Amino acid sequence: MRSKSKQISLQKIISTRDAFGEELVELGRKHKEVVVLDADLSKATKTCWFAKEFPDRFFDMGISEQDMLGTAAGLSLCDKIPIVSTFAIFATAKAFDQIRNTIAYPRLNVKIIATHGGITIGADGASHQPIEHITLMRVIPNMTIIVPADGIEAKTALKYAVEKVKGPVFIVVGRDPTPVIFSDDHQFDFRHGEVLKEGKDVAIIAAGIMVEKALRAGEKLGERGINACIVNMHTIKPIDKELIIKIVRKVGGIVTAEEHTIIGGLGSAVAEVISENSPVPLKRIGLRDRFGQSGSAEELLREYHLTEEDIVKAAEEVMRGKGSSL
Amino acid sequence: MEISIKQKEASTSAELKSKANKIRKDIVRMITEAKSGHPGGSLSAVDVVTALYFKVMRHNPKDPRWKDRDRFILSKGHAAPLLYAVLAESGYFEVKELLTLRKLGSRLQGHPDMKRLPGVEISTGSLGHGLSVGNGMAIAGKLNKKGYRVYVLLGDGECQEGQVWEAAMTASHYKLDNVTAILDYNGLQIDGPVKDVMNINPISNKWRAFGWYVIEINGHDFKEIFYSFERVKKLKGKPGIIIAHTTKGKGVSFMENVVDFHGKAPTKEQTVQALKELEENEE
Repeated sequence: MRSKSKQISLQKIISTRDAFGEELVELGRKHKEVVVLDADLSKATKTCWFAKEFPDRFFDMGISEQDMLGTAAGLSLCDKIPIVSTFAIFATAKAFDQIRNTIAYPRLNVKIIATHGGITIGADGASHQPIEHITLMRVIPNMTIIVPADGIEAKTALKYAVEKVKGPVFIVVGRDPTPVIFSDDHQFDFRHGEVLKEGKDVAIIAAGIMVEKALRAGEKLGERGINACIVNMHTIKPIDKELIIKIVRKVGGIVTAEEHTIIGGLGSAVAEVISENSPVPLKRIGLRDRFGQSGSAEELLREYHLTEEDIVKAAEEVMRGKGSSL
Repeated sequence: MEISIKQKEASTSAELKSKANKIRKDIVRMITEAKSGHPGGSLSAVDVVTALYFKVMRHNPKDPRWKDRDRFILSKGHAAPLLYAVLAESGYFEVKELLTLRKLGSRLQGHPDMKRLPGVEISTGSLGHGLSVGNGMAIAGKLNKKGYRVYVLLGDGECQEGQVWEAAMTASHYKLDNVTAILDYNGLQIDGPVKDVMNINPISNKWRAFGWYVIEINGHDFKEIFYSFERVKKLKGKPGIIIAHTTKGKGVSFMENVVDFHGKAPTKEQTVQALKELEENEE
């Protein structure tokens, strides 16, 4: 178990998609086999920065996600490292068959960067708000899924996916600027979840933008005398079972938090691990089988109960559950 | 001089005809042994694919991953028996392995699996994917300054998939003159004649409108097959498609133009008759 409780500054903000766009250019400079494909969203996904520096290695595929994923498969078979980017909803829902049969089944070295990865994209509404992208990718064998918690982690995740993983990787990034949690020199090991704060009473296992909220919830719980362990579960698949089991046995109650439906995502993955190994009270923060809708990010987080207050409440309920089961 | 060229062509055609006949027998035997599979659309494309592997393409069965090889993608993955038979006859693996088709643990899966079987360029089976993959290989070929060509075999029913047309746009937009599509136009699909199920015509005009050079041939005439492959090799700045008019179930009288033999194995008795017909054809 990685166990460093550290002082985390949440002052600076950067969007994970911007971080992704910047790192893409870096990787382009370093690895000439990196090529980038986009589906008419390069200004939104920030692949336009790569396109500007490497016009010959950037392919706008137009609004045709299925063809884009298939083309990426072909490129990967001829010594290229294709990085494909579009909104999470389109990458997963429109091109599911292409990802499943033509990329994951033959385990091709294609990196899918799914931007606009949650309801906080806000005003565009339900058609553009992915709630099920992680579920869809999780059910596919051979797939690795990373949901970075901040801009630093987005960069590191992309670098890791390109340089360390030979096979398909799905990385989710968001649109809105979010607080930077980690320092520039932070090292990730994507095979292992990371304990950001030790605690003995309850554990909050979070991913993506919910990690920052979990940290804040942890502070609030501390003020109320509850010592919460906070875990950044940046890699949803393969999930760090060992860490989950260790933590569960130590704290005896879990809250998961994700900007995603609770059906099939991080909450489900954690629930599967604990119910098979060490059942304890569990509360899952996430969308409860509902579509999104238009609104500001903040309004939506409140409407769908994805705030730090919701995490605090869930942790307290779990604590009560622990009591009754004793 | 002209005569000698014609004779050479004729002898090559005769050799290929004999090879194609052998491949047809392999297909019938393996599907019979497997008790399931897709004979109709395997048999219809035998001549075109035989020409590719035994005359047109540069490839090396001893080195399936040779970087400069031409690539063949069986986008209509259900014609797997055809691909397997051609690969075995080329020397990628032993012909006797063909009889493991569709059995547990076999490298010859119901639809091609590139991770199991050398010579399979990409796993296929879900229709509509192959041309996109071929385009990706062709783009990589241009980026890597390689001279290889990419051949993609499409089914006629497959052209009902939207992705085929996305890929058709991509190939012409990116001027992929190193891509050749072959449409195995046998006119039948599972539910009936293509024109009744979901008409794809005017198919040549559709491809032309998408920016492709189109050539229509008799897909069982080796001279026309050779000519068309030579013709598309000369294209500059645009991809080419060979629309091969074929007969579903070609070579086996009771399978020819019979919808039901799209995805049905022959009985033992039917197999005896099919092999007898193919033997006679050889003589």
